[in-house]
Amino acid sequence: MEQILILLGSIVMIGSIIWWFFAKPVDDAVDAISDGKLQTINITVSGGYSPNRIVLRQGVPAKLIFTRQDASSCFEEVVLPDFGVKAKLPVDIDYEINIQPDTAGNYHYTCGMHMFSGEIIVK
Amino acid sequence: MKTRNLFIFCLVLTLPLVYSMLGGDLPGGAYTMAVLATLVQFVGGSRFMRAAWSAFKHRAANMDTLVAVGTSVAYLYSVWALGSGGEVYFEISSLLITFILLGQWLEELTKGRASKAIEKLLDLQAKEATVMKDGKPVKMPVDQIRVGDIIMVRPGEKIALDGEVTEGSSSVDESMVTGESIPVEKLIGATVIGATINKSGTFKFRATKVGQDTLLAQIIDLVGRAQASRAPIQKYADRISSYFVPTVLILAILTFDVWFLLLGASLPAAMLFAVAVVVIACPCALGLATPTALMVGTGRGAKLGILIKSGEVLEAASDIKYVLFDKTGTLTEGKPVVTDLVGEDQTRLIQVAASLEAASEHPLAGAIIEKAGDLEQSTLAVEQFKVVEGKGVVARLGADEAMIGNRALLKDKGIDLPLEHEMIALEKQGKTVMIVAQKGVVLGLIAVQDTPKPNAAAAVAALVQMGLVPAMITGDNDQTARAIAAQVGIKKVVSEVLPGEKAEQVTAFRQRGKVAFVGDGINDAPALAGADLGIAMGSGTDIAIEAGGIVLVKNDLEDVVRALKLSRKTFARIKLNLFWATIYNVAGIPIAAGVFVGVGLTLNPAIAGLAMALSSVSVVTSSLLLARSRI
Repeated sequence: MEQILILLGSIVMIGSIIWWFFAKPVDDAVDAISDGKLQTINITVSGGYSPNRIVLRQGVPAKLIFTRQDASSCFEEVVLPDFGVKAKLPVDIDYEINIQPDTAGNYHYTCGMHMFSGEIIVK
Repeated sequence: MKTRNLFIFCLVLTLPLVYSMLGGDLPGGAYTMAVLATLVQFVGGSRFMRAAWSAFKHRAANMDTLVAVGTSVAYLYSVWALGSGGEVYFEISSLLITFILLGQWLEELTKGRASKAIEKLLDLQAKEATVMKDGKPVKMPVDQIRVGDIIMVRPGEKIALDGEVTEGSSSVDESMVTGESIPVEKLIGATVIGATINKSGTFKFRATKVGQDTLLAQIIDLVGRAQASRAPIQKYADRISSYFVPTVLILAILTFDVWFLLLGASLPAAMLFAVAVVVIACPCALGLATPTALMVGTGRGAKLGILIKSGEVLEAASDIKYVLFDKTGTLTEGKPVVTDLVGEDQTRLIQVAASLEAASEHPLAGAIIEKAGDLEQSTLAVEQFKVVEGKGVVARLGADEAMIGNRALLKDKGIDLPLEHEMIALEKQGKTVMIVAQKGVVLGLIAVQDTPKPNAAAAVAALVQMGLVPAMITGDNDQTARAIAAQVGIKKVVSEVLPGEKAEQVTAFRQRGKVAFVGDGINDAPALAGADLGIAMGSGTDIAIEAGGIVLVKNDLEDVVRALKLSRKTFARIKLNLFWATIYNVAGIPIAAGVFVGVGLTLNPAIAGLAMALSSVSVVTSSLLLARSRI
C-alpha cells in the first residue's frame, strides 16, 4: 500500500513539474508608456522578468527601468544583445537602460547566464 | 549578508556537525545538530529559498531551485527522523549550503576578474586637463573641454583627449589604448590619443574629438557591445538550460522510486540518492561557459588593440581558410619611396629630378623630393615648367632643358636611353622607373616603389604556419603586384582589380573556403563586409566601427595574426567550457543517482554539492586562463 502511494505521489509530482514548468502559457505583452518622444516601461526582476513581454514603438527612444528585487546571482546581469547592452542590475534600485528601437521585430533579452529571458516586440 | 560572511557563518555552524558525522560526540546529540542545521538552513539557505520561490511563481526554475529542493528534502527528512527516532542527516543539508556558498563566493571573485576589461578602460579616462585660456594654463574637467581648445601636456601627464600637436614635441606611451609597447614620437601635426601618457617633453595640442567621439570612448562602446553579443554556439546551452532544472527534478524523483520501490533500498538511502542528483546538477556551468570566455577574450583583445566586435566573429574566425590582403596601405606602407638611383652622378641626378618635381603635383613627386631632402640636396629654380600628359615634365634649368619622364618622353625628344637594360631589370621588380635627362643626355634612372611594411613578411609567414592561405588583391598591374607579393611571401595574387570589384573577388574566394579580408576599413568596406570575417586595420584616432568584425587599433600587420589566434583560442575555450559543463552534468547525474554502485562508485550528497559548487568556478577559471595564454 505504502509503495503504491509513493508511486502515485511520484507520478503526480512528475506530472505537476511537467505542467508547471513546461506547459507555461505565453504572457500577455505590455505596451510601454509613450509621450511620442520617449517611451518608458518598468520591468520588475524577481524570479523572472515582469512584464515578460513588452511592446515598443519603432523609432521612439525607449527607457527600460529594471528594478531587481531578486538578490539571486542569476539576475545580477541583464543582456540585450541586439541593442549592444550588458548591465549589472543593483538590488532594489531602479536601473535605466536606454535603447533606440529602430527596426521592427522580436528581440530577446536575458540574464547573464541566459537562463531567464524576456521579449521586446518592436512595431 | 555578504556571501563571504555568510559562508564563514555557515562553516562555523557546520563544523560541529561534521565532527559528529565523523563519530564525535556533541553535547545534546541530535538536538544540538538540529539547532545548528536549522540556523544554517534558514539563515544561510534563505537566499536560495527566496530566489527559488520567486522563480517558482514565474513557473521557472534555476540553480536556486535545485539548492532549495535538495537541502530542504535532507533537512525536513532529518526533522521527521528526529521526531520518529530515525537516523538524522542534518550535516548533509548544512554542508550542502556551506559548500554552495563557498562556490558562490569563489564565483563572485573570479567573475569579477573576468569582467574587469570595461572598468579598466573606463579608468584610463583622464579627469582633468590644463587648457590654455587667454594664454594662461587653467585646470579644467575634461567634460568641459570643447573641440578646438588648446591643451598643454607636461611630462608624465595623461593626454586628456584626442587631438593634433600644435606646439612642442614629445614621445608618448600609447600602450594602454593601442597595445603599442614602444613610445611614439610626436611632432607638430601629429595625432595624439586621449588617455595615453606623455613621456618626455611638454607640448600643446588642439582637441579634435571630445566625449563619445574619442578613440577610447569608441573602444569602450565597441568592447561593451561585443561582451553583450551572443555566440551562435551558445544557442545549444540556451536550449538545454530552459529544460534543465525541471528535468533534473524529475530524474531525482525517478531515482528515488527506482531505489526505494524497485531495488528495495531504505527510505533514507533512496532519499540521499535523490538529493545527490538534485544537488550535483549544475546549469550555471553551462550558462557561464560562453559569456565568461567571451568577456575575457574580448577584454584581452582590447588590451592588445584588437577589438573583436561580437561572439559571431569568434566562430567565423575559427575555420578561416584564406586571408586576403588589400595591397596598398595594408601590406605596403601606402606611400611610394625612391628605392634606386642609377647613374654616374647620383647627386646631380636627384637634384635635377627634385627641382623638376618641386612644381609637379604627380603622386610620385613627393617621393623624389623626400629623397632629395634625405640626401641634403636643395632644389634649383626652374622656368618654363610644362607637364607632358602621360609622359612626364619638361622645364628649363638655367640655360638647359631638363626633363623627367618615361620612354615616350625621351622618344619625343629624340634622346637615346643607354640604361635600357637596367630599366627593364627594375621594372621586373615591380618598380616605377623614371628617366632624368638634361641637355639632351640621360643623367640616370630613378626607381620608385610602394614598399612592404617591415613586418609584412613575418605576419604572412605566421599565417602560413597557422595553416592559412594568404592572398593579395590589388588594383595594381600584375608585375608590380607579383613583385610585392614575392617580397612578403604571398603566392596567390589577384591583380588589376577595380576598387568596386574587390567584393566580387572575395565572393569568388568564398566558394573555395572561408575568407578573412584585411583592409583599411574605409576604402575596403564592401570587401570587408562581403568576407566571412572582415579585419579592419586602424590608423590614428579613427577606428572603422562599421566595417569589419575585428578592428585593429594599430596599423600593425602582426595584429592580424594575433587577432586570428586570439579569436581561435577564445572560441576553442568556449567549446572546451561547454564540453566540460556538459560532460560534468552527463557523467555526474548518473553517478549521483547510484548507477555505478555496482562498481563501488557512489557520491555523498554533500560531496555532490561541492562538485556542483566547484564546477561553476572551474568554468570561470578556465575562461580566466585565456588572459594568460600565449597569443
